[in-house]
Amino acid sequence: MNTSTTLVYDGSFNGFLTAVFVAFDEKINVADIQKNNQTQSGLFSDSETVFTHVEKAKRVWNGIRNKSNNAISSVYFAFLSETEGVEMMLYSYIQKLMRTKNGKYLDYSDPTVLHIAQLAKKVGREKHRMEAFVRFQLTKDDIYFANIEPDFDVLPLISKHFRDRYADQKWLIYDVKRKYGIYYNLDHVEMVSLNLKDIHHNKTIKSDAFTTEEYEYQTLWNNYFKSTNIASRINPKLHTQHVPKRYWKYLSEKKEAV
Amino acid sequence: MNFDRIRDKLNILADAAKYDVSCASSGSNRTNSNKGLGNASKMGICHTYTADGRCVSLLKILLTNHCIFDCAYCVTRKSNDVPRAAFKVQEVVDLTINFYRRNYIEGLFLSSGIFKSADHTMERLVAVAKKLREEENFNGYIHLKSIPGASDELMYEAGLYADRLSVNIEVPTISGLKLLAPDKKHEDFTKPMEKVKNEIVRYKSERKIIKSTPKYAPAGQSTQMIVGASGESDKDIMYSATYYYKKYHMKRVYYSGYVPVTQDSRLPSIGSEVPMLRENRLYQTDWLLRFYGFSIGEILNKQHPNLDMDVDPKLSWALRNLHYFPVDVNTADKRLLARIPGIGMQSVSKIIKARKFRKLNWDHLKKIGVALNRAQYFMVCESRDWERRDLDADKIKGMILKNSKGKFRNQYSTQLSLFN
Repeated sequence: MNTSTTLVYDGSFNGFLTAVFVAFDEKINVADIQKNNQTQSGLFSDSETVFTHVEKAKRVWNGIRNKSNNAISSVYFAFLSETEGVEMMLYSYIQKLMRTKNGKYLDYSDPTVLHIAQLAKKVGREKHRMEAFVRFQLTKDDIYFANIEPDFDVLPLISKHFRDRYADQKWLIYDVKRKYGIYYNLDHVEMVSLNLKDIHHNKTIKSDAFTTEEYEYQTLWNNYFKSTNIASRINPKLHTQHVPKRYWKYLSEKKEAV
Repeated sequence: MNFDRIRDKLNILADAAKYDVSCASSGSNRTNSNKGLGNASKMGICHTYTADGRCVSLLKILLTNHCIFDCAYCVTRKSNDVPRAAFKVQEVVDLTINFYRRNYIEGLFLSSGIFKSADHTMERLVAVAKKLREEENFNGYIHLKSIPGASDELMYEAGLYADRLSVNIEVPTISGLKLLAPDKKHEDFTKPMEKVKNEIVRYKSERKIIKSTPKYAPAGQSTQMIVGASGESDKDIMYSATYYYKKYHMKRVYYSGYVPVTQDSRLPSIGSEVPMLRENRLYQTDWLLRFYGFSIGEILNKQHPNLDMDVDPKLSWALRNLHYFPVDVNTADKRLLARIPGIGMQSVSKIIKARKFRKLNWDHLKKIGVALNRAQYFMVCESRDWERRDLDADKIKGMILKNSKGKFRNQYSTQLSLFN
């Protein structure tokens, strides 16, 4: 019997790609690919720790991209879904992809391919939602600050959007769930990890971290939101379908809801 | 900034602008290349949704709701007794910028009641857009409402700063317009459209030669008509829409179910229901014409002047044209696939990709997202259980209705309910 190996990586995307590289390079019979903080050893498999190696990761990245641009973004998006067991699914997806002549024609009736595409789609939807639902509040240090709490780890995906859009203001978007943020300092975006004491929901209690004008604009926006509703067409079901309740606590137009 | 006064004005002038359906922020591609503020992307973003479920992507307001006209369908009409207000140019600019910086909006949608004259009003709308672009370095989306009767010069200038221009024709037929908006002439609407169309064409051809030609209304023109206010048929509405798409190269025509806002003997009375289902059917038809390769005469014609309310227009067409079916999903071309009820354009492209690998059966199609409850009667695939070919249109319709539940079903059900 061929012994199989569980590959353990550091949890980063580059780490995962390195693991894929190692698996291909050493022709390992992979039992599983696991993050180092949540390893579970299998009964009949050895485990091997993979150290992140940017060059190796890049080769896998380029290899996938050369097959198809669509596939590389699917892989990255699906990875960020943080779904349990996504690594093995991605590994098998990449194997299938490498076997095709042209990555453009992936077989969507194959369960793995379909599943990865669906995961990527979910993450893509969340990315788009975060581009919409970030609500900046102006701090006294002249930084536009926002808290978010997305289902998936989308900060790396929305960074470019906000950099392109808000090129002339300093801003910080902080992921409450994952405890890190992205900060734009008028020149470039950097990743920052801080431990925030206060999470800024849209509560009616005002924080003195923000300018007084800030609350005036929030009130204006909140009023505007109410004025645009057409009472005779009200449709709460459709409304919550578009603006799921889990986001409400960070939306200034939904102040009363919290 | 006096926030209390701004708040009062915003309440009045947002409330009055809400009947404009368009809130699109897509179709433009203004990049932020000057380290300024904002950009406009092809896709557009809805930042929130109103309680009635409509997208909020732009700050949609009137510059003023004072108006010299007295159009029956309009809440801002001269003879209507409502609180009036007007923004200053700078106030609109400040609001837009501050909302934009907080990521509330994709840009500005500015319309207006008409004070003094069409040109006097249009000039101010243009001034807002110009200030945003030139003084604030703003690259976000701007949609300006053309004021009917505005001069060519102002329309030209408007297109230099705005991403999209629109003028609402409001009433789909000329006779209806005479009845409901006696102060306005049909040409007042079409003349600005013509000007803008011609400029867009001219700028596009210049761009081919000189790359640095500035953008002129890059997201094109749109218009809106009210549905159910003046007794027109669906055929009247859609033929009129088709005319505007063709003649003035409209990007979008919007259909707005009439919401009774004033008591007027010429109009449905206050409290009558908004024709939401009809509105929905018109949009479905609009989609079929623009993306599915249908021609208007196939869907609406002398024999069928109105759309079916109980089934969607594609299904309705298919039931009248059973001789085209069944279509073989594994061999049919794109155009035919798109005509099968229950198969949308997304499914079409998935089917075409997937069938390169294997012949598709019911299971595959279901996973792809085809609405089999409708599609099954109109197609064959790699499954044997196809024995329904002798059904006639009424039977098929009956079976589909029996096995589906639509959100509007209760509005047209002919089945009497025993215990209501």
